[in-house]
Amino acid sequence: MTEGLQGPAPDERPQPSGRRNAQGIRIDPEVAAEPESRRTVLSALVENEPGVLAKISGLVSRRQFNIESLTVGTTTNPETSRVTLVIEEPEPGVRQVEKQLDKVINVISVRELGDDAVRRELVVLKVHGEEPDKVNAVTEMYDGTTLDAGPRTITVQITGDEQKIDDAIDAFRQFGIRELARTGQTALARGEEWTTHAEEERYERVHDT
Amino acid sequence: MSEQQPTHRPDADEPATAEATTAEEMAADDASAEAASPEDDAGARPVTTGSESVVRALETAGVEHLFGVQGGAIMPVYDALYDSDLSHVTMAHEQGAAHAADAYGIVSGDPGVCLATSGPGATNLVTGLADASLDSDPMIALTGQVPTAMVGSDAFQEADTTGITSPVTKENYFASDADTVGDAVGEAFALADEGRQGPTLVDLPKDVTNGATEQEPAAGSTPETYDPPERAEREAVTAAADAIASAERPVILAGGGVIKAEACDELRQFATEYGIPVVTTMPAVGAFPEDHDLAMEMAGMHGTGYANMAITHCDAMFAVGTRFDDRLTGGVETFAPEAEIVHADIDPAEISKNVHADYPLLGDAGTVIDQVHDALAEERAADMSATGERWTAWREQCRDWKDEYPMDYATPADEPLKPQFVVEAVDAATADDTIVTTGVGQHQMWAVQYWTYTQPRTWVSSHGLGTMGYGLPSAIGARFAADDDQSVVCFDGDGSFLMTLQELAVAVRENLDITVFVLNNEAVGMVRQWQDGFFEGRRMASEYPWIPDFETLAEAFGARGYTINATDDESEVEDVVSEALGYDGPSVVDAHIDPTENVYPMVPSGGANGEFVLAEDQL
Repeated sequence: MTEGLQGPAPDERPQPSGRRNAQGIRIDPEVAAEPESRRTVLSALVENEPGVLAKISGLVSRRQFNIESLTVGTTTNPETSRVTLVIEEPEPGVRQVEKQLDKVINVISVRELGDDAVRRELVVLKVHGEEPDKVNAVTEMYDGTTLDAGPRTITVQITGDEQKIDDAIDAFRQFGIRELARTGQTALARGEEWTTHAEEERYERVHDT
Repeated sequence: MSEQQPTHRPDADEPATAEATTAEEMAADDASAEAASPEDDAGARPVTTGSESVVRALETAGVEHLFGVQGGAIMPVYDALYDSDLSHVTMAHEQGAAHAADAYGIVSGDPGVCLATSGPGATNLVTGLADASLDSDPMIALTGQVPTAMVGSDAFQEADTTGITSPVTKENYFASDADTVGDAVGEAFALADEGRQGPTLVDLPKDVTNGATEQEPAAGSTPETYDPPERAEREAVTAAADAIASAERPVILAGGGVIKAEACDELRQFATEYGIPVVTTMPAVGAFPEDHDLAMEMAGMHGTGYANMAITHCDAMFAVGTRFDDRLTGGVETFAPEAEIVHADIDPAEISKNVHADYPLLGDAGTVIDQVHDALAEERAADMSATGERWTAWREQCRDWKDEYPMDYATPADEPLKPQFVVEAVDAATADDTIVTTGVGQHQMWAVQYWTYTQPRTWVSSHGLGTMGYGLPSAIGARFAADDDQSVVCFDGDGSFLMTLQELAVAVRENLDITVFVLNNEAVGMVRQWQDGFFEGRRMASEYPWIPDFETLAEAFGARGYTINATDDESEVEDVVSEALGYDGPSVVDAHIDPTENVYPMVPSGGANGEFVLAEDQL
């Protein structure tokens, strides 16, 4: 105990040549590249209890996940709600959101939906009412519904996938959009596929009794 | 109503709901028989209030000690404790209660329990909850709350406790009904203990705990939606064993989960049977005996040089129960850059969170180690030529690194007292099963580096959150969980000790045999070390121009105080250490160490583990 710490200095030691990327994945130094983000939909079946939405939104914000939209509503079973999140993350981030959501005790089941999932969004927008005929034409073009028409404003609703909503909003800009509210996407798996793993079992349990 | 009370206690295996329709008939037939032997079951005293149900749930869960502070909204629970056999330790501050409960959980393996009142009491627990959360320590907090009718009105001592603690608890509950409050406590207790352990909290509004109920709490169990994995899938295990068997330079990285899962025996058997070097994370210190030939000890920022060389150069890593914290990995780009990573964890969310797992294994640490052990045995059978000889060169390389980078410190003649020597002197004077608790800072690192840990649950520290002031309250909690003949010592820094030293009053009141060694360098030493290394020596707010005399201060609290001067020779130091350890009660040793001593080896934040520095001039 009189020598102090010994050994070769940092730059005298052998160092391995391998590298990992920011996600901790080993990479070939020749083709080092950050994974690209992708936009996807996660669906979570949750217990319908007070505070569940706060837990999920708190989880999302404190872990810095890049969330595009989050929608919630009850299901046919009054004890459960469905949460639909649209996220934009690289692959490891998508998996992390899924696993962190699954850790929340009130979350029953969670899954990423495929590209073929049925996705819908609703927008309610209010435009200036000087040209009601033209507004009506655009509304019809997007299979929308007029909810309110007054001398100065017209309010319409449009439903559809995200792209259609974006296009519709663009089309309505010519009249001057006063206000707008969009819901964010909600979605179900297509066809006979169950949206999350727990759904079939829960469906049968409810329909047996 | 009162004559029916005995029948409202269901038998253990009888559903509580069944009795409702038949209560009157049963009262006529069985009331006298039931009432004749009420002390036979756990429910000797009938539950009449929500708070009694809370206490019953704690008793059913096997709780013995509680750490808490009284207050307005929690008073009904304390009133129910008055009639119970549970031992309550009144702490000086709620933060102390949380750390004591945390340490109790670390040492015993069962959830420690802390209590606080609403508002400031509850918010004072938050640091301890966050600490337990990052370290996955089993703990349960019970907090008082204003009556439900006043919740949301900014009432006196109201805080949104479930909202505030949600990010730092595994789960929390707002109890809304006296009939179910005991069930909530039982469930919180079970959740804190099962799967990946962690802190849970139950918020107890005063009207709920005061409310009338005859409902006995159900035996605590986790909710249906909680289903931690037990055994890894067979194909995954085979693939992982393949990867390890075909490696040239394998290491085991044991994380805190190995201790939490009581998997230290499985770890030791696996490592010794195949001859694979073992590196630990800081929470896993004690999981593998540090005096073992295969022990590479702790890796990471202040880990040993040889541990950091081993994890940097390995080509396969069997990581068990670790979350790859940045203090372990350094810059993730350079972490074990050539290794195939087998990652076993009970929490799926830890897989590939920080470091990509090539071979994820979901399950209990002990079970998974055994699974890989058996699968590797099959691999070996297929390749007998390797038996016994495999990895010899790698083990020799690891041994060479131990010789090349020994843990050592310089002690020239007439030099002031070295902190490392104090740690070694206490280690030498105590038994192997001595429990060491620490605050956070330089002293914490010397305590982990220069003490030889050979048993699990003897190292109690704040790893993830790095909470200064953790040492003394955790020593109190550890004392209650330790065996009577097991020693508890605390290494603290002067800065860290000053944050929670009021808990000395508790140690004296309870006459706890704890010895605190304050490694006193009149500074927040780790901050000063970083300022010297990374801020051009601009020592802003890190040096303490005046420090209390800790010997006198200890005596003022009623503890025994000692001082070691920086110029004392080794035998003088050993005499004081021995005298302080011999005192049967709380004592404080104010050890004035060389203020220029710093902690090395060190991996600069975000740097490569293999490029640890041995002195400031290498930074």
